[in-house]
Amino acid sequence: MKILVCISHVPDTTSKINFTESDTKFDTNGVQFVINPYDEFCLTRAMWFKEKQGATVTIVNVGGAETEPTLRKALAIGADDAIRVNVNPTDGLQVAKELAAVVKNGGYDLVLAGKESADYNGQMVPGMLAALTDFNFINGCVGIEVDGTTVSATREIDGGNETISSSLPLVIGGQKGIVEEKDLRIPNMRGIMMARKKPLQVIDPVGGEASTNVQSFEKPAPKGAVKLVAADNVDELISLLHNEAKVI
Amino acid sequence: MSVLVFAESSEGKFKKTALEVVSYGKKVAEQLGTNVVALTINASDSSELYTYGAEKVVAVSNDSLNTFNAKQYAAVVTEVAKAENATVVVVDSSIDGLYLAPIVAVNLEAGCASNVVAAPSNVSPFTVKRKAFSNKAFSNTVIATDLKVIGLAKNSYGIHENAVAGTTEAFEATVVESGVKSEKIERVTGKVTIADADIVVSAGRGLKGPENWGMVEELAEVLGAATACSKPVSDLGWRPHSEHVGQTGKPVAANLYIAIGISGAIQHLAGINASKVKVVINTDPEAPFFKAADYGIVGDAFDVVPKLIEKLKAFKAS
Repeated sequence: MKILVCISHVPDTTSKINFTESDTKFDTNGVQFVINPYDEFCLTRAMWFKEKQGATVTIVNVGGAETEPTLRKALAIGADDAIRVNVNPTDGLQVAKELAAVVKNGGYDLVLAGKESADYNGQMVPGMLAALTDFNFINGCVGIEVDGTTVSATREIDGGNETISSSLPLVIGGQKGIVEEKDLRIPNMRGIMMARKKPLQVIDPVGGEASTNVQSFEKPAPKGAVKLVAADNVDELISLLHNEAKVI
Repeated sequence: MSVLVFAESSEGKFKKTALEVVSYGKKVAEQLGTNVVALTINASDSSELYTYGAEKVVAVSNDSLNTFNAKQYAAVVTEVAKAENATVVVVDSSIDGLYLAPIVAVNLEAGCASNVVAAPSNVSPFTVKRKAFSNKAFSNTVIATDLKVIGLAKNSYGIHENAVAGTTEAFEATVVESGVKSEKIERVTGKVTIADADIVVSAGRGLKGPENWGMVEELAEVLGAATACSKPVSDLGWRPHSEHVGQTGKPVAANLYIAIGISGAIQHLAGINASKVKVVINTDPEAPFFKAADYGIVGDAFDVVPKLIEKLKAFKAS
């Protein structure tokens, strides 16, 4: 089985978010970048397939050279090789078009992508990729087993789960549950040393164009101070929630 | 030209998010000087949508569409969008709706903006405000294509009555092959789900153990709320992972979020930032959650929550 795992290079979840150039660009100054957490779940699941069932695992990112340390980290976790599509994308559709070209050229059976990236949170790429490649698609995936070309997967639905059967090729939009957080892999020294020698191919974009562009960013208005209520006066809290906030 | 909204229903009834997207679609249609058309799939009665501004309802009835399937539903939305000559398509951000917008956008070769939180600030160029960076910022995004697809964030625009005399037309939709088959659906019945809830009652390690969750559930019941928890609590196995709220857990965009015994790690706050009103009950006055909260009680949950339940019961009864 040939597996492709899509890797986004995103600010660490604790990063302070600021903007530069008149609020038109994300300020990367002092920000540490990591593998998108949702992609990390998918990568760990791919490693499980590789080790237990036999599979090759290729990782792919659409981005500039600055994303390579993140790709090397994914290689250190155990992926076999990496592809970087050398373009700085501006929207999800552009990313999906570039990924679709990689998928079509690579003959992959299973494409795993996090359900969203932790920066722009668009939740657009897995669905667009499935539509562009005409692969089967399972969104919000919290469990997957593959037997030959037959797939059994679980996806989250409102208030429960749905079990789905599918055949390969397939695009998965994965989230926590596809593996648990405690099972995530941390690169060890051997993995880090080996990752340096693994192939990282840089390819030119096919020229998929973005259809949206960000005019500006803004931060939420500063929040007022918390209104504290005495612990022995919950009546006041109920009154505030009813009369002031109007939420009960 | 029209604005098409997909009004999602469950077991024949419209979800609250459906009424929100119709309200939003009506606003966009007014801005563009056109009409809003609502698409329903297997809804029993569509007339409720007239109240929120849908002049026309396109009703699809097909047993093959009883279970949500992203590609099949997207194909229906696409087909109706073409038939109605839609320039803007709006879908909601329910757990299913989220996956429609990107597929519809590819099908229609349209630009797509998800997580939209407000009516367009401008329709030429078409500019919408979106959540980004886990609710720590917004982006003002221009959709440059003629056709536009919008994913509306839950509880962002609100439900606005705008009654019109509407009509409903049946539509024979083509059901495409999706490649995936639903085998089994398991739902927790009788409980409000986090995705649907307007109020969420959430608790953390401050509760000391799973045996103490009874009062959290009772508080949720009094408020008609869903229960949730912080990540350490689900990691410890005190509560199911499906209740974990936060960056890698479930996002919550509720009207009221009550956090009991949760200190407020940045990853947790990222998951609840989109909620409108936040209440914190915590013994530690230095807990970071107090900086993010609207109302707070510094106190022991074991004293405060039972009192709150008792007083809320009296309040609801009055």
